[in-house]
Amino acid sequence: MAHSGTQNRLVRWVDHRLPVFTFMAHELNEYPTPKNLNYWWNFGSLAGVMLVIMIATGIVLAMQYTPHVTMAFDSVERIMRDVNYGWLLRYIHMNGASFFFIVTYTHLFRGLYYGSYKTPRELLWMLGVVILLLMMATAFMGYVLPWGQMSYWGATVITNLFSAIPIVGDSIVTWLWGGFAVGNPTLNRFFSLHYLLPFVIVGVVMLHLVALHQHGSNNPLGIDRKGPQDSIPFHPYYTIKDMFGLGVFLLFFAAMIFFWPNALGDSQNYVEANPLQTPPEIVPEWYFLPFYAILRSVPDLWFIPAKLAGVLALFGSIGLLFVLPWLDRSRVRSARFRPIYKWCFWLLVLDALALGYVGAHRPEGFYIVLGRVATLYYYFHFLILLPLLGKFERPLPLPISISAAVLASHARPAAASVGKA
Amino acid sequence: MRTIIAAAGVVAALVASAPFGFAQEQEMPTPPRQAWTFDGPFGSFDRASAQRGFQIYAEVCSQCHSMKLVHYGDMGPSGPGGGLGFTEDQVKAIAAQPLVNGKQVTDGPDEEGNMFQRPARPSDALVAPFDNDKQATALYGAVPPDLSVIVKARAGGLDSIFGTRGPDYVYALLRGYTDPPADFKPSSATANYNEYFPGHQIAMPPPLTADRVTYADGTQATLDQESYDIVNFLAWAAEPNLEARHRTGVAVILFLLALVGVLYAAKRRIWAKVHNAEHAGAD
Repeated sequence: MAHSGTQNRLVRWVDHRLPVFTFMAHELNEYPTPKNLNYWWNFGSLAGVMLVIMIATGIVLAMQYTPHVTMAFDSVERIMRDVNYGWLLRYIHMNGASFFFIVTYTHLFRGLYYGSYKTPRELLWMLGVVILLLMMATAFMGYVLPWGQMSYWGATVITNLFSAIPIVGDSIVTWLWGGFAVGNPTLNRFFSLHYLLPFVIVGVVMLHLVALHQHGSNNPLGIDRKGPQDSIPFHPYYTIKDMFGLGVFLLFFAAMIFFWPNALGDSQNYVEANPLQTPPEIVPEWYFLPFYAILRSVPDLWFIPAKLAGVLALFGSIGLLFVLPWLDRSRVRSARFRPIYKWCFWLLVLDALALGYVGAHRPEGFYIVLGRVATLYYYFHFLILLPLLGKFERPLPLPISISAAVLASHARPAAASVGKA
Repeated sequence: MRTIIAAAGVVAALVASAPFGFAQEQEMPTPPRQAWTFDGPFGSFDRASAQRGFQIYAEVCSQCHSMKLVHYGDMGPSGPGGGLGFTEDQVKAIAAQPLVNGKQVTDGPDEEGNMFQRPARPSDALVAPFDNDKQATALYGAVPPDLSVIVKARAGGLDSIFGTRGPDYVYALLRGYTDPPADFKPSSATANYNEYFPGHQIAMPPPLTADRVTYADGTQATLDQESYDIVNFLAWAAEPNLEARHRTGVAVILFLLALVGVLYAAKRRIWAKVHNAEHAGAD
């Protein structure tokens, strides 16, 4: 048996027929991992933990929630007041959505910086983009469930996007709503899908992990492992590092849950949905703000009306991520060895933050200009900069191997002190 | 690790600053942040004040505003978060006494199939001044907002980290009926000028004035005192489990700090083998 050590006869008996123990030993224990992963590599496992937390709290919340337009708001408040520790479950779930996006976006930008999407990890990356899309759909529908003002009007605005589709748009929107406005059928199907999609995400996460374990993790140097001297077993080295990172992450998460549980939400969502009264501002949750800014930044383009153009730009912004492995023509993965790309990466981060800032404000004056510039730059980065950089950027020389680079970085301080002496 | 913390700081600052923009866009004075006893990780309710606040709700606000999520029994010892400090008997007496709106609970149908009126019991929600939204509109011209979670539903909500919070806003609004500027043109005869209400025109006439209520505990009922008391009551009503949340939170943070310490030590120890091997190789 591959799993060394265990002499338990029952384990051996099971493993001979159903090799789960061998599988776990192989994928968790012996799984060779680059020895030089930094703390940015913690965010993948953090996202996995968040998914589990969201599903666990969500299942319990669903036992107390009523998906009906006249009862949904009150049932959530009942969870907050009368269900034992209902306030805790609900605040974990509510803030969990935000923290899930924080870790996922960090994970995504880590992939961008270190070129984790490049060959042979293109499908691994694309599965990640699929997970992101599923997360966005799940989060959007979950936000509708408490049936507050922002739930209702957010649902109205976002489902109305589909009316931009020529000819069949309006029919599609009616079909999505199950009626002629967002109403009880909409709430019911959103609840159903909000319960379903997380399990679809679990499925895609499995594929994401299969693809990951095929070639193993990328690393900060972006070069392949050349042999056993470049690797360490996942357990115990990265299990303990992931656990330590999880502890630090939970400190921040707990602080928000217990001391500022509503700070990331919109106070308007504590007003029950009222189809006759539009709130002064309709704003999505913070994690959708950059996309909301792109949606609202696009003017009429030739024959395409602004609404359709905005929707296309919005979906295009994620579509670009999907085809990113073929847009970035550089063979060097890590931005550490790409002097120009490194700057472009940080500009893209700034650009995303600027889009988020624009998304939180009414599209007036300065915000329109900034939104358009930032949207254009986003497309410029992926469609023009990346292909050109692949051609014209001169990367720095790559280290021979991971272990050679690690040794050099440890030797450097010693050499410096010798020089001083 | 340092870069991660720095990046988190930048993002947190940006997210936290976003709500400021909205307040400025409306060109309204920002209600100042007040110090409340329920602020911060160790905050708890000022129960004496919140009980006086309930008196104000019962004698003034309930004329027009419902609080349909709050039950009389919530204020007793078996209520969420341990209640508002009233005893079981006090709660029974409070429920039996009609609010200033004089409404009773509509119950039924009885054995003849008829609905009937009866005094409230601790298990009932606070009796609303109107039977439905249509009646409210007929009576007041619009539906007065339900006050159950009002401090979570206004301004930055209950716990915006930097901006104005709901309790600050309600406190400012109640004290914000100042003399209108000379160029103030009310859009209707019933509009009242309020410094802090968006657009400055509020349908609600000034609800509180000095000595609007007489406190049983002898507290001087100034406008400031009344506003402070009603906000404390509304904050309790909006988040009755706040104290349990704070207590649990402090325990969880302390536990996590200890856990992180242990995990860090374990991580250092396990990785020492790898680092030692590297240093040995480097030499």
